[in-house]
Amino acid sequence: MQIRVNERSWTVNAAPDTPLLYVLMNEMQLQGPRFGCGLAQCGSCSVLVNGVETRSCVTAVSKVEGKSVTTLEGLPAWYASQKKLAKAPALHPVQQAMIDEQAVQCGYCFNGMIVKSAELLSKTLRPTEAQIRTAMNGHLCRCGTYPRIMKAIQRASAAMAGGVA
Amino acid sequence: MIRREFLKTGGALVVGFNLRDKLVAQERGTKAGPPDARQVDTWLAIHADNTATVYIGFAELGQGASTALLQIAAEELDLDMSQIKTVRLDTNVTPNQGGTYSSASINRGGPQVRTAAAEARLALLKLASAKLNTPQEQLTVSKGVVSGTGNPKDSVTYGELVGDRPFNVAFTGTAPVKPTTEYKIVGTKFPRNDTPAKVSGQYTYMQYVRMPGMLHGRVVRPRGQRMYGAGAKIVSVDEASIRAIPGARVVRKGDFLGVVAEDEWNAIRAAQQLKVVWETPPALPGNAGLHEHMRTAKTEENIVIERGNVTTGFSGAAHTASHTCLGPYQAHAPFGPNCAVADVKADSALVMCSTQDVYGTRTSLSRLLGMPVEKIRVQYYEGSGTYGHSCYDDVAQAVVLLSQLAGKPVRLQFMRWDEHGWDNYGPGHVGEVRAAADANGKIVAYEYQGWQHGWINTETSAQLTGAPPTEWPGAGTGVQGVNRLTCGGMYDIPNLKLVNHKLPVTSYLKAGWLRSPLDLSFAFASEQAIDQLAYLTGADPYEFRQRNMTDTRWLGVLNAVAQAAKWTPRKAAANLSKANIATGRGIGVGTHLTSYGAAVAEIEVDKGTGRVVAKHLYGAIDAGQVVNPGFVESQIMGQLVQTASRMFKEEVKFDQTGVTSLDWGSYPILRFDECPEVTAVVVQRLDQKSTGAGEECMAAAAAAIANAFFDATGVRMKEFPLTPSRVLAALSGRKAA
Repeated sequence: MQIRVNERSWTVNAAPDTPLLYVLMNEMQLQGPRFGCGLAQCGSCSVLVNGVETRSCVTAVSKVEGKSVTTLEGLPAWYASQKKLAKAPALHPVQQAMIDEQAVQCGYCFNGMIVKSAELLSKTLRPTEAQIRTAMNGHLCRCGTYPRIMKAIQRASAAMAGGVA
Repeated sequence: MIRREFLKTGGALVVGFNLRDKLVAQERGTKAGPPDARQVDTWLAIHADNTATVYIGFAELGQGASTALLQIAAEELDLDMSQIKTVRLDTNVTPNQGGTYSSASINRGGPQVRTAAAEARLALLKLASAKLNTPQEQLTVSKGVVSGTGNPKDSVTYGELVGDRPFNVAFTGTAPVKPTTEYKIVGTKFPRNDTPAKVSGQYTYMQYVRMPGMLHGRVVRPRGQRMYGAGAKIVSVDEASIRAIPGARVVRKGDFLGVVAEDEWNAIRAAQQLKVVWETPPALPGNAGLHEHMRTAKTEENIVIERGNVTTGFSGAAHTASHTCLGPYQAHAPFGPNCAVADVKADSALVMCSTQDVYGTRTSLSRLLGMPVEKIRVQYYEGSGTYGHSCYDDVAQAVVLLSQLAGKPVRLQFMRWDEHGWDNYGPGHVGEVRAAADANGKIVAYEYQGWQHGWINTETSAQLTGAPPTEWPGAGTGVQGVNRLTCGGMYDIPNLKLVNHKLPVTSYLKAGWLRSPLDLSFAFASEQAIDQLAYLTGADPYEFRQRNMTDTRWLGVLNAVAQAAKWTPRKAAANLSKANIATGRGIGVGTHLTSYGAAVAEIEVDKGTGRVVAKHLYGAIDAGQVVNPGFVESQIMGQLVQTASRMFKEEVKFDQTGVTSLDWGSYPILRFDECPEVTAVVVQRLDQKSTGAGEECMAAAAAAIANAFFDATGVRMKEFPLTPSRVLAALSGRKAA
């Protein structure tokens, strides 16, 4: 079975019912998606599948055959292709905004936080605070970084809308 | 001694460089530590490229400590932050500074790093003085370049002076340190050094560590711990039940049970499908019966502090407030369950894990494996935030057992239910408090009686192999008992008595230190009583607290938070609204072991549904000299949000058999939809010793929330978390009365 991750083709060794997360972590050795609950409750394993945020811990790898998977590592290139930029930036604007706001504490949830906010901003360029809270509500953080994540999403939104990033 | 005085008095220090010494870098890591803390080389190395490595014994737990400690070293050495780095915690490499708990990184670690850097700087100046033929006191340093006259010809870099050779200088602790008035790096908001890797997917969390030839392991335990003293006893294991899973096999030592497989998903499936019959455990009180059980049990009592005469104090007082408050078990629940990798051979072991204390973990593993400590190497990899004693020691113990039994390197990832269900919870609490004020609104008497058990000292894995359950030393006293700072310690009270009633942890759930241990429970009870006195005397709750304090640092944080919240004086619960949504504001003070915390809460109570939401939380901390105010702001923000979560949502549920809170569904935490706006206030005191800042405004925030609830409703909540059902019951109780 072949899957496509961050525009790279990968031949899967694992059994077809293996959750995508373990293929990304163990076979492809990616360090974006990570194990948090294995129950689709927390969002630490999130990836984009054809641009839609998806919990890789409960998604069988066979379900993404023929689809395009984007992980945290692939977000800058995904953003560039969406925006038809000649060259991918070093970081997606949301990643840069998380640095600018110093939003990260332990950072373990930030894979999901960034993937989900990239999805949000790809659909709603200028979300209201209420829209941000609703969109992000399925992603948990134990360190209590929600307030700065919301600020970072707004900052990234402004940068993207203003064409700065 | 600060540096200027030292130069004036002309201190002498012998610096002996032995140029034939081997390169420091080559020696490090080759033998078991801890390295000699009395040598500067243990703490610091200067490289030929004019950069420095600082060897720090504290773990980066997501709080920014690794960056802040480098700021201290860079400041002392007059290096730029780009010229300085640190290394991974490793029992073969880094010094033993004790564990990273009690908010100790900057508190305890800061002075050690600062003094070591000052010692190294002094040695470097001696060398430069000889090389440049210039008296030491005429030398200046910028970015590791020592200059005599300012002429580039009269300068030499640290790298040229030492360049990867050892200092061979004793760490005397007497080298002069820089006066705080000359600080350029300490006290500034330098950005965290780990953030770029963390947001881009380049950071190697423990959960990504792999070893060649390793197996994936999982532990097999009942879902949810039982009574600590009873452990979990196996009746039978049906190994045939996982025969169909490729490569999966059972490993067992006593009641310690696990599975290993080459493929991770196969290990997970094997752990889930393995048929095990467990003995029926002795009955626990369950949530419903917990506090009654605690309150009526036989306890060991001790007086924490007693001054004046509380009996006399209460007898003549004009106003008395008293109540019994209840606090739940709460979980650390790190966002990524703990993980560890180990390679245990016949005569050595390498263990990679997320312990808060590499040397402490090495000792516990030595006991478990029956292997001398010097044969065991423990390396630290950051996992997700832990907020205290989560399952990081247990996972390290479990992985060495799996590796030893399987005869191969093993990676063990705890599942969500392992972490939630077998955590060392913050213990439940019963607090009986009474406080009295005279007619002038001065607090005259205060008494706090607290019931709780202490922490465990035998981890689950060791216990399952047969080690007896034990209590953490000092259980029921000190940090494991009633807190003399949070319970009335900030007020001038002539008659005061604090009493501990210690319960045996063996009859309850496992417990450990959870961020600001028990302080939320203490402050919830204590600061509501103080608030009630303010109410009874007709005073504004902020003004009432001010009136009863003289300590300038307590007053400082209290005033700082009140100012940030634009507090305007009025009596609490004075404008009770008939509207369905009632708003309230409250104030509170508290801390943990050091530092000073104060908070203001603005909340909304939906009287129809019982839902309470914090709209804005303000928190202030005075932690003495704050090395990086940005990090402390971030810590305050985290504390406020986590406190809201713990006050509104978090409660470990258990029945007579065991724990039933096993995931984020059965143990909900605060989400984006109910996240308050937060305002963090750092009270900077550069002239004071640095103290903890990672947990010192949670007690205050818990109290502020409870007092805001009273302001909104006129009702005092006696138990948290303030769940809708509890709130509705409390509100209807008021109506009924």
